[in-house]
Amino acid sequence: MLNRYPLWKNLLIICVLLVAGLYAAPNLYPEDYAVQVSGTREAYTVDSVLMNRLEQDLTQAGVAFKSAELNEGTGQIRFADSDAQLRAKDLISKTLGTNYVVALNLAATTPDWLTSVGAGPMKLGLDLRGGVHFLLEVDMAQAVGQRLDVYVSDIKTKLREERLRYREVEHLEDGRLSVRFADAQVRDQAQELLRTNFPEFLVDTADEGGDNFLYINLTEQTIREIEDYAVKQNLTTLRNRVNELGVAEPLVQRQGRNRIVVQLPGIQDAAAAKRIIGKTANLEFRLEAKPDASRVTTETYDFRNEPGRKATLEKDIIITGSNVANAQASFDENGQPQVNITLDGKGGQMMSRVTRNAIQRRMAVLFVEHKSRIVQQSVDGENVEKRIPYTEKGIISLATIQSTLGNSFRITGLDSSQESSELALLLRAGALAAPIYFVEERTVGPSMGAENIAMGVTSVQIGFALVLAFMLLYYRVFGLLANIALTLNLVLLVSVMSILSATLTLPGIAGIVLTVGMAVDANVLIFERIKEELKNGLPPQSAIHAGFGRAYATILDANITTLLAAVILFAMGTGPVKGFAVTLSVGILTSMFTAILVTRGLVNLVYGGRKLNKLAL
Amino acid sequence: MANTQKIYNFMGPRKLMAAFSLTLLLISVVSLAINGLKFGLDFTGGSLVEIGYEQPADLGSIRASLESAGYEDVTVQTFGAATDVLIRLGETHDPQLGDNILQRLQAAEGEQTLTLRRNEFVGSQVGEELREQGGLGMLLALAMIMIYLAFRFQIKFSLGAVLALVHDVVIVLGLFSLLQMEFDLTVLAAILAVIGYSLNDTIVVYDRIRENFRIMRKGDAIEIMNSSLSQTLSRTLMTSFTTILVLIALAIFGGSTIHGFAIALLAGIGIGTYSSIYVAANLLLLLKVSRDDLIPPPKEDVVDEMP
Repeated sequence: MLNRYPLWKNLLIICVLLVAGLYAAPNLYPEDYAVQVSGTREAYTVDSVLMNRLEQDLTQAGVAFKSAELNEGTGQIRFADSDAQLRAKDLISKTLGTNYVVALNLAATTPDWLTSVGAGPMKLGLDLRGGVHFLLEVDMAQAVGQRLDVYVSDIKTKLREERLRYREVEHLEDGRLSVRFADAQVRDQAQELLRTNFPEFLVDTADEGGDNFLYINLTEQTIREIEDYAVKQNLTTLRNRVNELGVAEPLVQRQGRNRIVVQLPGIQDAAAAKRIIGKTANLEFRLEAKPDASRVTTETYDFRNEPGRKATLEKDIIITGSNVANAQASFDENGQPQVNITLDGKGGQMMSRVTRNAIQRRMAVLFVEHKSRIVQQSVDGENVEKRIPYTEKGIISLATIQSTLGNSFRITGLDSSQESSELALLLRAGALAAPIYFVEERTVGPSMGAENIAMGVTSVQIGFALVLAFMLLYYRVFGLLANIALTLNLVLLVSVMSILSATLTLPGIAGIVLTVGMAVDANVLIFERIKEELKNGLPPQSAIHAGFGRAYATILDANITTLLAAVILFAMGTGPVKGFAVTLSVGILTSMFTAILVTRGLVNLVYGGRKLNKLAL
Repeated sequence: MANTQKIYNFMGPRKLMAAFSLTLLLISVVSLAINGLKFGLDFTGGSLVEIGYEQPADLGSIRASLESAGYEDVTVQTFGAATDVLIRLGETHDPQLGDNILQRLQAAEGEQTLTLRRNEFVGSQVGEELREQGGLGMLLALAMIMIYLAFRFQIKFSLGAVLALVHDVVIVLGLFSLLQMEFDLTVLAAILAVIGYSLNDTIVVYDRIRENFRIMRKGDAIEIMNSSLSQTLSRTLMTSFTTILVLIALAIFGGSTIHGFAIALLAGIGIGTYSSIYVAANLLLLLKVSRDDLIPPPKEDVVDEMP
């Protein structure tokens, strides 16, 4: 019984540990406080001229900075402390105005030789660095409802084209469409027609009260497609909005069937973020109705900012906000806020075609906002919250058309410069395909984040030190070897987390602490087994061999079952639970490597290959 | 066998211990039935605002000032420190809620600067889903573990281990219910970790019981249990002790956000250590585990029956 590892095994262990050390290293470099500058449009890019100007401004104002760099149109200026960072941010936003996005950031200081091998530090979760977390739910019923409204007019058009006389096409409350006919034969023809033209329909017939009906349901698959589209569209819009907000490293991600997670780390003005993310505002451009227009073709709306004033508009919409290619907030000659709008090609054509024949008439800009109120309803004796969506429309401007409008013009009549810049932002980022609601929100102040880190680190250090001391006292040389393995386990764990670019959260730190506690278990199992074998009268070398060998199966079983629990945690959990599950799973795997292979390697190095009379255990 | 190890008679007081476990379980179940769990924001839905004071805060005046402002269903408590105030509201989502409350309280204070430390909102539906998912996750974890153990060991061991786990989980839940400590997502995570940990313990013991059934030709089930438990005793205590050391560090220094987590794990590991000695082995006896359950090759049986 020699207890020696073959050379390749030792080399393998050393290699793994070296690589682990390399990838764990970036975590040793503390992050810099930084301010990030980027342009909102192509016309406003960040170049070296601008950066030089900012550097000069900062120097003049006496704000010391560490460095300024320019990377693919984004400028980053680093500072020594958060005080300088905040002062610089105020200064820079004042100089640059609304056409640039100025955001606070924590910039990694990983040296180039480390980044060149793809190493980077672990990401810190919102609970550790401060920030806002939202969970938004997309209103699927609304998304499908909107599509059904479109189908209503499609069906009408189709039936008219084929000269099939119908009485009425309706969008029923239960999510079906009904088409009413006077004649059963026409109805049957129409059924045939709709079946061939709209494969996504399930068409049923019914005869009620002398009329002949077609009832149309959408297929499951179509509904799923509509929902999927709505979520994807909303994701894109939200990403655009978040980008406009200028947050460093934002996360916008789908969660489950109908939810979207938005995480904005380190954001200062959470209220503004919420306002902009949740907004389902859009614009409609319509002509004012002629005085003699029929009531059926007109609608009357209030002015948004002038209580009591009303105007009657045509029902036909010229274009909506989705035809806007670009929008910038500015001020008119009188210092009133305005938004300069550029339309896309199709929008521009529509606009000029309509306005050409409407010179000297007035055009209204209608502000449309989807909102919802929650009402408590009693369903089967249980109180259920129900969301009642409603739409708020108000006129923001009504102006005489002086000449044919092309693809660029401006709108006025806005309340404040904040409103104009938010409207411009929303128009640029695009409207949401379906309304969204906040179902979860978590805001963590930055000071609390720092506190959480400090507390987490302290408890890891103390817990770790206690375990090391105890192991050393109880198992002496073996304890020392186990301690080395435990330390290496921590390095390995950090490096795997960094390689996976997993996010470290407070529960994640708790997971690390727990792993430290449990990682000792494998070594304890082995050492106790060796002790037992010694008591059973085995010579030291055989005892070591048998101890490792026999404990192996137990360790494997015990760890695999814990791993099972951790994996289920990961699959089922969200947010904090997931963070914990990740560190726990990774910790179990790394601790098995270090406790079995590394400890064995160390024991072999110390005791292997020589004659032993006694073991210090 | 030249084993000089002292064998403790663990299974001697097994009826007493079973009674003890049953009493704990009964108390837990009754408390869960009567008091229920004090679910945290994660599971109930609602809003929560945490505000940092410079001096110890007067909870009564905060409550009064919020109620006079028309907020209903307000609970105000300190969180970890006397300067840290946690305000819970049944409110539905309002993006300005945190800032509004901060302003109102700041106006009442005047002298010290208050900081908004945390602002959370969870929709009631999300909370309900989480509760469902959490329960489902726990059941799924138990089922997977049971299947794995049935393969690796034998169905009686698998049943015994899972029942021991249920024992641990119910008692930890009972503790949270009895003391009306808040049960949030991190506590749920802790309980799932307890499942993993206590299982770890139980398996180490079962592993040794299996081994001893195979190598000790003499002795009845009780003797085998006793020697297996005695052989693994120092390991069981060592590991629990080191883990508890770390958890105490976490409970003391980890801050109030993970306090519940640390407490749940401490309780769980305490009860898990106890159950791996007294409950898991006891259950095996109850299930009448015998050598025949563990002698793998059926051929031997044929040979045994020959004479």
